[in-house]
Amino acid sequence: MHPSHMIPELLKLLAASLLLISFAMLSRRRTQRLITLFAWQGSVLFVSTLLVAYSAGLTELYYSATLTLLLKVIALPWILHRLTRRLGAQWDSETLVNIPITMLVGLGLVIFAFGLAQPISRMATTITRNTIGIALAVIFLAFLMMITRRKAITQVIGFLAMENGLFFAATSATYGMPMVIELGIALDLLVGFFILGIFFFQIREQFDSLDLSHLESLKEE
Amino acid sequence: MSLAEWTSRYMVALSRHDLSLVLMLVLGWLVLGAAGLIRPHRVGFVAHVLFPLGALAAVGVAFLGAIALLAGHSPQILLLPLGLPNLPFHARLDTLSAFFLLLLGLAGAGISTFAAGYFRSGQGTAPGLLCLQYHVFLASMALVILADDAYFFMVVWETMALSSYFLVTSQHRIPEIRRAGFLYLLMAHIGALCILLSFGVLQGGRWQFTFDAMRGASLTPFWASAAFLLALIGFGAKAGLVPLHVWLPEAHPAAPSPVSALMSGLMLKTAVYGMLRITFDLLHIRYWWWGVLVLGVGLFSALFGAIFAAVQTDMKRLLAYSSIENIGIIFTGIGLAILFAACGLPLFAALALTAALIHSLNHALFKSLLFLATGSVLHATNQRSLGKLGGLIRRMPWVAALALIGTLAIAGLPPLNGFVSEWLLLQSFLFTPQIPHAFLNMLIPLGAALLALTVALAAYVMVKFYGVIFLGQHREPSLVHAHDADWLERIGLAWLALGCIAIGVMPQLALRAAGAVTGTLLGQTVNLSSPFWWIAPIASKQASYSGLILLAGIVGVVGITFVMVRVLAHGRIRRTASWDCGYPWQTSRMQDTAEGFGQPIRHMFGPFFRMERKLPAPTDTAPHYQVHIEDRLWRVLYLPIARGVQRLADWIGLLQGGRLSIYLLYSFLTLIALLVFVL
Repeated sequence: MHPSHMIPELLKLLAASLLLISFAMLSRRRTQRLITLFAWQGSVLFVSTLLVAYSAGLTELYYSATLTLLLKVIALPWILHRLTRRLGAQWDSETLVNIPITMLVGLGLVIFAFGLAQPISRMATTITRNTIGIALAVIFLAFLMMITRRKAITQVIGFLAMENGLFFAATSATYGMPMVIELGIALDLLVGFFILGIFFFQIREQFDSLDLSHLESLKEE
Repeated sequence: MSLAEWTSRYMVALSRHDLSLVLMLVLGWLVLGAAGLIRPHRVGFVAHVLFPLGALAAVGVAFLGAIALLAGHSPQILLLPLGLPNLPFHARLDTLSAFFLLLLGLAGAGISTFAAGYFRSGQGTAPGLLCLQYHVFLASMALVILADDAYFFMVVWETMALSSYFLVTSQHRIPEIRRAGFLYLLMAHIGALCILLSFGVLQGGRWQFTFDAMRGASLTPFWASAAFLLALIGFGAKAGLVPLHVWLPEAHPAAPSPVSALMSGLMLKTAVYGMLRITFDLLHIRYWWWGVLVLGVGLFSALFGAIFAAVQTDMKRLLAYSSIENIGIIFTGIGLAILFAACGLPLFAALALTAALIHSLNHALFKSLLFLATGSVLHATNQRSLGKLGGLIRRMPWVAALALIGTLAIAGLPPLNGFVSEWLLLQSFLFTPQIPHAFLNMLIPLGAALLALTVALAAYVMVKFYGVIFLGQHREPSLVHAHDADWLERIGLAWLALGCIAIGVMPQLALRAAGAVTGTLLGQTVNLSSPFWWIAPIASKQASYSGLILLAGIVGVVGITFVMVRVLAHGRIRRTASWDCGYPWQTSRMQDTAEGFGQPIRHMFGPFFRMERKLPAPTDTAPHYQVHIEDRLWRVLYLPIARGVQRLADWIGLLQGGRLSIYLLYSFLTLIALLVFVL
């Protein structure tokens, strides 16, 4: 088969694995596993961006692929690993609300995302237009993960995974956002991440735990 | 070249750059304010260097305003290098702005000079910070007057509200003052919201927010009325018209005295300015019922303020209520002017507007003077309650003498300035029978009676104010140590008192200044051809007044009497104790008190108040009589609204469960809902 026919098929495969990773993240209890999955998600994103860049011949997308590799595959997972070790949270696991129900809700969200993506895919002209639905589903699943988790670190991972979904949506719908915006988002992500990292320590100092349910006591009566 | 020629040429040159010069002075205020931050705790530097410089700038502003009024040329417009991209701030100086700049500068100079002697370190905000807030406040008021587009106007209007809020709460450690400040901020924001909406209506669907575009917009009667009513509510809240006045008697006494003077004397006038700007300049048409509405609200506010002032026992609260009364008088004039203008009687409209403008100027002068005088009294005695003052004329002769001038002026006695504007307003009431409406021309003359009652009550209030503070015997032993104001304070007071006398004796000056404004706004002025010591606003055979002749008469009669007594009775003076009416041991406890003096008013106008009285039992050995007076409107209008808001907030508060995942769920559900909506 000619490589140019293979690329769309490969992209679909990658998109599907992205969705699979998202579901895996939804069901994982252990923080360390979650970080590994997040790194995998980043690397799939990196490969797919590389493929899109190659097939569309856009140099800008090569840059964003590099950015993805550096930031989401190497830097953030490494920092997260270090952070969990420093916080002594590497063996943390959390009790999730009924995993099968979460999965079912996730399935519903995926269907919703595909329905939502149909009119958009019809308008898009990119070779990746079929994967917009998957990108939206990844965003929704990450959001769902944030809702079901209670630990501060897992919330942040959910937040980062959501950004991955957004990035994937941008590449599949319009071959990526303008470079300036992408750089800006990358910087935002990094800064936000650092601030959240500081918060981790503050939260632990205050409550002796990273469990966010302690924050409920902050509510004004 | 003769001196007069040289001066006039110089004036013309100056008037050409009027606007930029004023803006430079305003910038100077801001710089002075910022300079206060260099050494915020050095009272000497802030008080004796920065504030006098600010006063000089104020004199400059007044001077430039006067020149712009005299020159009477077409408005000057300037695009400022400030503001949003593609939306520069517009500034404009026309006669209306010039008049209010004159007012701001004249009163501001006196207040700044006084403040130089007044502010000292103590609890609360540091002097340097106060200096910043004070000068930002002054500058924002000047810019409100100069703004020529809605954006700029709203920005400086809010700056004015915020800077004055911080000034009001400079003693922020006292809970009542924080409460007063909050109430003030709340009302200021409600007012600002209404003004913003009014501008939104005024642009007439063209989305151009310069005042020039608004002048060109043609609104349907419905939308023109909506814009007018919104402006009336917005500016009425700032001016303290009843029933939007509740913040005023709380906030004015809470502030330090120079700030009270600024707020009462100047800030309320920016609301008058805004009302005039929108009604007579931006709106292209006026309806008669607007005039009747403003007239009614104004008269009611005036009467309400006077009655409540009469029963106050705190000297600054008394003056604050008196401000409501005076604002009511000003709005009465504005209402009459709208009514006359809408009925096609421009000459009488000019007369009523002239009265309103001159009363604004007068009120700025004498109310500032009185507020500053209470500041001196407060510093000397640490007492604000009238019940603990008295006899200060002997301890503080300077303050007493200067405050007497302000008291006589505000009471509307000739030959001082208060009489001039009130006389003009009563004159314009005399022409209301010419209004071509069947019932109005019979009903509105009754307003003149109401106004006369208000003026009489105001005089009563001022007798109480002056008599209880300065006359009689001191009611507290500590008052013996009261000291007079220092020289900077005296200069500030004397400047304002001189202003009161000058306008009273030479009313034609004020009439010409106001004439320039009415000429622009209505295309008509009252009769300005009289010499400077004489006014005859409609025609000299109708009614005329001369403060100078009256003053000469007063001086003459007093002088002749004095000389006669001296000459005729000389040598026959018998020195003995005066007749004591059968009470040989007069103590300060036997003097009429503030409560006692106000009691007849309280009795007569009982339905206005909500009174809670505690009478002692006949057998009580240490009897205490207590009466607490409250505004009925507070309970009828404000508390139900406050309760409603509280209940609504409680319901909304249920959303705040504290669980982070619930919050995330909210945004998730919102996102899904929006996406479904798009689908």
